[in-house]
Amino acid sequence: MLGRSANGIFWLFRYLERAENTARLIEAGFRMALTRDSGAASEEWRSVLVTLGLHAAFAARHGEDVTGAQVFNFVLRDRDNPASVLAMIEMARTNARMVRTGITREVWEAVNESWMKLKDMLARPVTEARLRDVLDAVRRQATQVRGAMEGTMLRNDIYYFARIGTAVERADNTARILDVKYYVLLPSLSAVGSSLDNVQWDNVLRAVAGERAYRWLNAGQMDPRGIARFLILDERFPRALAFCYDELSTNMALLAREYGFETEAHAIQRQGQEWLARLTIEAIFEQGLHQFIGEFLACNHRLAQQIQRDYRFVE
Amino acid sequence: MTSELPAEPSYDEMLEPDGTVRPAYEGYRRWLEAQPAGHLRRKGVEAEAFFRRTGITFNVYGAADAEERLIPFDPVPRIITATQWRKLSRGIDQRVRAINAFLHDLYHRQEIVRAGRVPERLLRDNAAYLPQMAGFTPPGGVYTHIVGIDLVRTGEDDFMVLEDNARTPSGVSYMLENRETMMAMFPELFTRVRVREVSDYPRRLARSLAACAPAAFAGDKPTVAVLTPGIYNSAYFEHAFLADQMGAELVEGSDLKVEGGRVAMRTTRGWQPVDVIYRRVDDDFLDPLSFNPSSVLGVAGIMDVYRAGGITIANAPGTGISDDKAIYSFMPEIVEFYTGEKPILPNVPTWRCSEPDALAYVLDNLADLVVKEVHGSGGYGMLIGPTSSKREIAAFSAKLRARPDNYIAQPTLSLSTVPIFTRAGLAPRHVDLRPFVLVSPHGIDITPGGLTRVALKKGSLVVNSSQGGGTKDSWVLDD
Amino acid sequence: MRLSIDHATTYQFAGPVRQGLQRLRLTPATARGQTVIAWDIACDGAVVEVGFDDEYGNRVTLVSLTPGAEAVTIRAQGLVETRDEAGVTGRHAGYLPLWHFARETALTAPGVGVGALIAGLAEGAAHDRLATLHVLSDRVAAAVTYAPGHTDVATTAEAALSAGRGVCQDQAHVLIAAARALGIPARYVSGYLLIDGRETQEAGHGWAEGHVDGLGWVGFDVANAICPDDRYVRLAVGRDYLDAAPVKGLTTAVSPKDRTAAARDRMAIALSVTAVSGA
Repeated sequence: MLGRSANGIFWLFRYLERAENTARLIEAGFRMALTRDSGAASEEWRSVLVTLGLHAAFAARHGEDVTGAQVFNFVLRDRDNPASVLAMIEMARTNARMVRTGITREVWEAVNESWMKLKDMLARPVTEARLRDVLDAVRRQATQVRGAMEGTMLRNDIYYFARIGTAVERADNTARILDVKYYVLLPSLSAVGSSLDNVQWDNVLRAVAGERAYRWLNAGQMDPRGIARFLILDERFPRALAFCYDELSTNMALLAREYGFETEAHAIQRQGQEWLARLTIEAIFEQGLHQFIGEFLACNHRLAQQIQRDYRFVE
Repeated sequence: MTSELPAEPSYDEMLEPDGTVRPAYEGYRRWLEAQPAGHLRRKGVEAEAFFRRTGITFNVYGAADAEERLIPFDPVPRIITATQWRKLSRGIDQRVRAINAFLHDLYHRQEIVRAGRVPERLLRDNAAYLPQMAGFTPPGGVYTHIVGIDLVRTGEDDFMVLEDNARTPSGVSYMLENRETMMAMFPELFTRVRVREVSDYPRRLARSLAACAPAAFAGDKPTVAVLTPGIYNSAYFEHAFLADQMGAELVEGSDLKVEGGRVAMRTTRGWQPVDVIYRRVDDDFLDPLSFNPSSVLGVAGIMDVYRAGGITIANAPGTGISDDKAIYSFMPEIVEFYTGEKPILPNVPTWRCSEPDALAYVLDNLADLVVKEVHGSGGYGMLIGPTSSKREIAAFSAKLRARPDNYIAQPTLSLSTVPIFTRAGLAPRHVDLRPFVLVSPHGIDITPGGLTRVALKKGSLVVNSSQGGGTKDSWVLDD
Repeated sequence: MRLSIDHATTYQFAGPVRQGLQRLRLTPATARGQTVIAWDIACDGAVVEVGFDDEYGNRVTLVSLTPGAEAVTIRAQGLVETRDEAGVTGRHAGYLPLWHFARETALTAPGVGVGALIAGLAEGAAHDRLATLHVLSDRVAAAVTYAPGHTDVATTAEAALSAGRGVCQDQAHVLIAAARALGIPARYVSGYLLIDGRETQEAGHGWAEGHVDGLGWVGFDVANAICPDDRYVRLAVGRDYLDAAPVKGLTTAVSPKDRTAAARDRMAIALSVTAVSGA
């Protein structure tokens, strides 16, 4: 396949994943803000912006005063925000158009339909009353594309690059959410044991759609260490870092088998995965959660860069 | 069945003047009459939603809002009998053979010019004549691998060639999708009426291109790639569609470079040579080393590799000289010169404004004529006398006087009509037909049917999609 | 006469090359007045991609620069046996019609300067092209003095005329523009010239040819006020310099070491043309 097509498919799925994760983050923020006084709600929305790396762009547009409607409209649909969900869906579609010959009609139609539907829903400002519908639509459309891919795509390099893109992006997104919320999970704070912390922890889980899975595994016991272990090291949870690296390992191995050679990216991936396997949550907290996440993000970024080089995504 | 009367008497392909249905449409009419009221309209809405979802759109240059627009599809088929088609294909075959012989001659000894049958002036002042092609014979001797011949009809047996498209004719994806859509919407119709297949066009195209592999090709299956200017090109959908259907790579200029004496594409496993490139990029942008130096759509050095026998370019560069409107008026002479036969398909009568007598006549009769720019396309820059105001005619007349050799004129033809489906029922609209022709060293292959373009506005003669035209499925009946 | 030629062109780039192509028209062909005995092109920092004969009959070699190279040297060497044919190179050959050589190009587009230069020659051109070309050649020599350093490869005939000075290439372009303005097909020739007492030269040579019915193409070297003789070797022809340039450096993308304006590509030519004793 063409290097440019690999690039297109990789980014198509990165953008879709990012759009979906952004919707989840807004959902968690919205829920949190509803239960808080206005000062704390603003703080919550600000942390959504920080997680998405949009704080400065938002401030340039709206100033430092943060209200919910401004934030989710900015994140979802603002034309001045090149990283809006709408822009991501558009970029996903542009990439899909570019790799049109590499994806099935079903996948293309699912992407195209997502774009038509969301463009329509986001054509006018989103009110609090409509927000949930919009967020639902983003998630559902992403699910539809994934479903079309699972059901119709040949298992070959194109499919592997799609899965690799998804996993790289998802690991990045989970790590960023953890990074912004890391202080909530610090042991010193957990000692306080207030109900507010419980809400905060719950919120971190919600942002990665992990609240039910976590409760099921831990019988309702909330503790920050457990949550951190769950989101970082539990290979059973599809948004955990360890899961994403398993996924990467599988798909990169399949790619190497198809091509008959491994690349430098394989070595980086293996290092990352072995590193995660060696780690315990105790060691992570000892090292410092924030430092760990910083290292992880750097490793993940290096991997993505190396994949693009090794498979000649660009000249 | 209701039917509006056309503004002027035109040949109605479906109905006799007395309102009875012509034999070609008999089977269709029987089916139509059995359909419940509202069925066709509902299907029309379905078809539009289907096209949007599948992304069958084209981009309009200069349209501010609409990045992608649909070409309206009309669900009433345009039907051609087996007998009519036989005659048409003989005429098309003859014309396409002549075009290829003409191109070979123009880029070699120019016997037709030496014989005084085509004036040297037409080549001398023509940017479509590419000196870079002189003395070179493309692999397999094929210049125009894909040709679209635009036909118009004025009577039962009166088909004429309006235009030849020998550069990069487009529209074939609509021919294929229109058929798919019709079969999806009205499957039972196709069990009643036997229509000749078009869906194997991509396979035939792939085979035809593969048969023109260059000297440097070694292996058992030539690598074919479709070169597109990219996703913002108006025909991108078609480029992707054809590549997909042929199982070929869809490449952009940035995917290609000269490597190892070949043109190679950048794949995830390394550089891989391309044997045949079906380019949908104009000559001028093909090679910044040979043509427009600022082009980023092409491949630097591809012309060198081409002349060295390392790649086949389809269509060959420089074929535009054969479909130039100034050359068009010489097509009857060209057909005769190279085939030794009388042309089977006539041209539309054409006045060359470069000739003083013709110019005088055209200036006197502007209100009745269609005047076209010699190098224009897509219905831009033309005057349609009968539908233009006095002021428009006066303004055009000045342009014509200033540069007469830039124009040709033709009578306003009373194009045949086929009914379209409107709110008020069936109504006749003017149509043309673009059959698609494949050329390989093994011969000429014409897909039965083609793209029927239809002017959706009542009385309008402009069928171009960029100017509000629509399309229809085109049927050639099986014997 | 037997001429030995050694022609090296070196490009020093502002940084390592990412990619680039060069089109070489550096292979003389055996023709009337010259027989190529041995010829070879060697590249350092580039590899040969393809070779072919172009529409003018020139042998073209396309080379691609080696990624990472910071310089490329193209060296053409060989022996050519020449004969004095008083500038006549013969009948028009190839598939490009003569009218192609009568059409203007960007470098040879006529303006007021060319108009003045051909004043009074229209009638003569109609019945004696050869004499007209000789007159033109003299007029060009007077109008454009040979003086290096004032023009470059992109200088047009009109610009050279209004500057009143230029190099052989400019003089050839003016002559070509003027001949065409009179309806005489004309073309540019790039090649080599043996200069008495000068073993090394800084640049290749260029002159013009006009087409005369009956004789065919006839050369005029304005710079030396002569029709080419056995000191000349023809490399390539074309409508103007751009068609016939011995080395055309193209699409060179480099990663500059430092981004200052001073870091520009540099070209150097080492050329020797010598007469050797025949075998």
